[in-house]
Amino acid sequence: MRTDVEINGKLFSFEVEPRTTLADCLRYKAKLTGTHVSCAHGFCGACTVLVDGQPVRSCLMLAVQADQCSVLTIEGISNDDDLTPLQKSFRKCHAAQCGFCSPGILMSAHALLTSEPDADEDRVREVLSGHLCRCTGYIPIVQAILEARPAYKKQQSELP
Amino acid sequence: MTKVNSFIGAPIERVEDLRLLRGKGTFIDDVERDGMVRAVILRSNVAHGILRNVDTSAARQMPGVVAVLTARDIGTPMPTIPLRHMTVPDVVRPYEQPVIAATKVRYVGEPLAVVLAATHEEAEDALEHIQVEIEPFPAVVSCRAFQPPAALLFEPTGTNCAITYHAKRGSGPTDFPDCYVRRERFTTNRHTAAPIELRGLLAEWDDGNGRVTVNGAAKVPFTTRRILSKLIGLPIEAIDMIECDVGGGFGVRGEFFPEDFLIPFAARLLKRPVKWIEDFREHLMATNHSREYDADIELVCKRDGTLLALRGHVFADIGAYLRSTANVGPRNIAQFMSGPYRIPEIDIDVSLMMTNKSPTGTYRGPGRFEGDYMRERLLDLAAADLGIDRVEFRRRNLVTADEMPYQLSSISPPEVAAYLDSGNYSQTLTHCLEQFDWETKSKRQGLQDDGRYWGVAIGCFVEGGGSGPLENARMVVGTDGSIAVYVGSAIVGQGVETVMAQISADSLGIDMAHIRVFHGSTTYLPDGYGSSHSRATVMAGSAITLAAEELKKAVRKSAALRLNCAEADVVLRDTTAHGPNGSSVTWSELASEELAGFGTFKHKKNTYAYGSQAVQIAVNPGTGHIEVVDYVSTADVGRVVNPLTLKGQVIGAMVQGLGGTLLEHLCYAEDGQLLVGSHADYLMPSATDFPNLRAFVKGEYPSPNNPLGVKGGGEGGLICTAAVISNALASALSEFGVSPTSLPLSPPRVWEMIHQPR
Amino acid sequence: MKLPKFDYACPATIEEAVALLARADGTARPISGGQSLMPMLAFRLVQPSLLVDLRHVPGLAAITIGNDGVHLGAKVRWCDIETSAALQAAQPILTAAVRHIAHHQIRTRGTIGGSIAHADPAAEMPCVAVLCDAEIEIVGSAGKRKIPATSFFKGPLMTALQPDELITGIRFPAWPAQRRWAFEEFARRRGDFALAGIAMFFDMRDDKASNVHIAAFGIGDTPLRLANAEAALNNRPLTEAVIKACCRAGHQEVDPPDDIHGSSAYRRGLVDYLLGQSLRRLAGHSAKAGANAH
Repeated sequence: MRTDVEINGKLFSFEVEPRTTLADCLRYKAKLTGTHVSCAHGFCGACTVLVDGQPVRSCLMLAVQADQCSVLTIEGISNDDDLTPLQKSFRKCHAAQCGFCSPGILMSAHALLTSEPDADEDRVREVLSGHLCRCTGYIPIVQAILEARPAYKKQQSELP
Repeated sequence: MTKVNSFIGAPIERVEDLRLLRGKGTFIDDVERDGMVRAVILRSNVAHGILRNVDTSAARQMPGVVAVLTARDIGTPMPTIPLRHMTVPDVVRPYEQPVIAATKVRYVGEPLAVVLAATHEEAEDALEHIQVEIEPFPAVVSCRAFQPPAALLFEPTGTNCAITYHAKRGSGPTDFPDCYVRRERFTTNRHTAAPIELRGLLAEWDDGNGRVTVNGAAKVPFTTRRILSKLIGLPIEAIDMIECDVGGGFGVRGEFFPEDFLIPFAARLLKRPVKWIEDFREHLMATNHSREYDADIELVCKRDGTLLALRGHVFADIGAYLRSTANVGPRNIAQFMSGPYRIPEIDIDVSLMMTNKSPTGTYRGPGRFEGDYMRERLLDLAAADLGIDRVEFRRRNLVTADEMPYQLSSISPPEVAAYLDSGNYSQTLTHCLEQFDWETKSKRQGLQDDGRYWGVAIGCFVEGGGSGPLENARMVVGTDGSIAVYVGSAIVGQGVETVMAQISADSLGIDMAHIRVFHGSTTYLPDGYGSSHSRATVMAGSAITLAAEELKKAVRKSAALRLNCAEADVVLRDTTAHGPNGSSVTWSELASEELAGFGTFKHKKNTYAYGSQAVQIAVNPGTGHIEVVDYVSTADVGRVVNPLTLKGQVIGAMVQGLGGTLLEHLCYAEDGQLLVGSHADYLMPSATDFPNLRAFVKGEYPSPNNPLGVKGGGEGGLICTAAVISNALASALSEFGVSPTSLPLSPPRVWEMIHQPR
Repeated sequence: MKLPKFDYACPATIEEAVALLARADGTARPISGGQSLMPMLAFRLVQPSLLVDLRHVPGLAAITIGNDGVHLGAKVRWCDIETSAALQAAQPILTAAVRHIAHHQIRTRGTIGGSIAHADPAAEMPCVAVLCDAEIEIVGSAGKRKIPATSFFKGPLMTALQPDELITGIRFPAWPAQRRWAFEEFARRRGDFALAGIAMFFDMRDDKASNVHIAAFGIGDTPLRLANAEAALNNRPLTEAVIKACCRAGHQEVDPPDDIHGSSAYRRGLVDYLLGQSLRRLAGHSAKAGANAH
């Protein structure tokens, strides 16, 4: 089956089985391996991407269900020249150890701070509770997301 | 501006983050090879029985299927997986795991067949078409040895007890008149590390040269290579183990599992690359379990609280086979149960009991988490009975610096001694009490205005680390001005690339930006011992200091030749060598094969980081839920290389410890079925569960056992967790007279303590 | 845990969707958000021949608030409920319940129709539907019909839906502004399925609780109205004695299973406790020890 998906601003056309998940399509067809798969049943959040601006578990979505959708992955919020403010904050706060859960968390954090740059600690923890991390104990991740808020507030204030 | 000799001790941001935060890490599932086939493993869903037949004929006809392997394809003698160390080979060999089930199955999850297909989906589709005949036997799901067992797992041995170790200290009295004696039975819950990245391997066979490359190695790649060499019948030089990025280890990833044989074997047989990636339901039954013990422990002390003896018998629920590290936790629980305390007489036996459950191995702080829980419970029980303050009871029994090296119990067979190396345990205890505000918090005990029961507890621990026997490091100057540092350590996310770069930079006296660290893979060094037992910083770090000396000598020699001066006249500043009369040459200009330094650090003495932990909890009597109101950890690791990453280890370990104490449990039914198959059942801590943790780390008392003075510090955060939570619960619920002696402390169990006391 | 093979169709109308289901003779499944169905597929607990995706079927995603109550289209997502201030004012128990459902990243896709059709005994929305005497609107090849929520749930993951039927919407009766209500559950972690939960409402008349509705979930095969607990409270003032009697009745009335997450006695204890917490808070007594630490 054919599915046409915009990923990180670029149009892709894939030929997939109906049973191919969006996660597997991103990883093996689009070769965007920054999105990781762990539990494959919708608990751990490692596979989180944004679909039409909303955080979604890509292991719980079929690639064919993403037809005509706009997907943003970790590659789409990164650049080669420098770390983004959110990534810098993660690095400063040591919010990543093995890094396997990090892309999914960065996507959720990016979506949250884009729509709620004033999110408080409770709200950050609530959104982060949809992700499992085994290395950090979450405290540095919460700190990193809170410390990235000014950068997102600045971005929001600069919007026309 | 170069900052020389200042990287060690600084909270340097990690170099790994530059790729990991961009999603540019390369984990094993990111690796592909042309022509690769995908492997999926059929696993037994019967816990115990005779394997009569595995009929793969229908499965082999399924679309995309290339082959289906069973024991018949591996032939005889069937390779078995050896214990990695401290082994008594003749005793343990009957209990080793065959790489695939051949005549019997002994646990739910045991490999029965390997399906190889063009795609992962097709391989999984074929699983359902394999017909398996098993004649079931009763399952053994208890490790207590007193009744005759329901069945024997290994009939020829006549017993389900594989081996019993003896931990002994002192040779004094076995009789203590007029003393206080307290004996308790404790049980701990089976659980596991569950890293977020699941296991995977990609094996490539080079038919022309008879070589195999295994991608996805972790933890102890050189050891895995040695084992694979023996099992698969290839010389060591014909095997490369390549480490990619690794998504967490905690002890369970990287040991030798059946798949570590089956996947390379399949690659050689098919002459095609073979890739295998575990899924989560499989992970729960196929990766090492840990932590399940059933023990009778007795504490003896004088009426004034002076500890005299620790005695007892521990039963370890090993699972169906003795896998590579099955003996480590059991040895540790007995040998190190005394922790940081002075206990002259120790006599603890630990029996390794085979059961029809997934095999066990090491998981962070193996045996230490469990042993500390038992010992600290006994300390609080004794303190309460004797009317002695819990803090003072501990303080007066802590080993002091002038008693060090202090001999702990020895364990056998084979006999291994251990010595506490350095430290001021009492000072760290005081630090913990202060940071926690013990004085105020300890007053809030029992039922409070909010309707919950509050309590506090304190505990002290030591963390053994830095294990030998040796580690290698090699430094090579490149023509681009970079210094490549190769270490035998493996990464699991703990920041090796950054920490080793810091040590390298300071050892060489150069800017850290010049350093690139290469780790794990067997292609970098002739030998290495990997990352386990919190050894990387100690062992590889020390090897780096030795390699650095050799490299600086080589640079001076080469510079002296080039600048036509005496070696003694060469001055090194960052990566430039200066001669007299203003002449100079950069290291990169001198770079060649000879401009390298190699260092080997050997030792037989482990390090002991140590600390204290205090916790305040509030228990909801209506639900049995325990809220961790405040949890403080203080530790001294000898010397802090990177306070940012070290603190990260402690916080991460504390949360893992809380998961193991309150949430996680690999439960079995009476017939040996694993009742936990998904994240809905295996509950791991999430961001809203334990927000109130604080960790303080310092390095004031270096270890005398290595040139850096560092001590392994990655495991200590959880060694005391079950201990302090259980003691705080006992304190909170003291009016109910409950004494928690089993884990986990899940809400239903806590609720039963309150509402259905026995 | 790769999914089993299936065909996939994406019809443009509800009639087409029903026809596809009918033609597959019970082997097809509808899919919308997929948050309940996809894990079942990943574990190969279901192996449908065909998935009928409702994403392009129009007219199923509206929230309609009127004097006669609230109507939610089957494709209304949890996040739509969460972010609707009007809905929070009109039917606050819905918003309160949704906050307990899974996680933010599930709520961006999970739908009310999907949850009702899935009928997990520990799920929040089936209980709220039963409590509120909601009506489930259905369409199939035999035409349209409505089933009261109280007769819709037949067992664990079992409903009155025929294989060729789809839920199109759920209608909740009008909700008076002064209504007293509570929704409480206890789960091990934020977002987990409840070990037990209760939902209740009543209207005060002459300082007495009237029209008492109490339901529990996570304690049996389906959500249950607790008739005895209701009777202990109905037409009575919220005194401590009445509250205790209501809790005791609820405690006796449920017959929860034993499983690895809790014993039957424990779940009964939870029902007792959650009823007590809710009633004391509604009565204005200080409610100590919040049930849900999350």
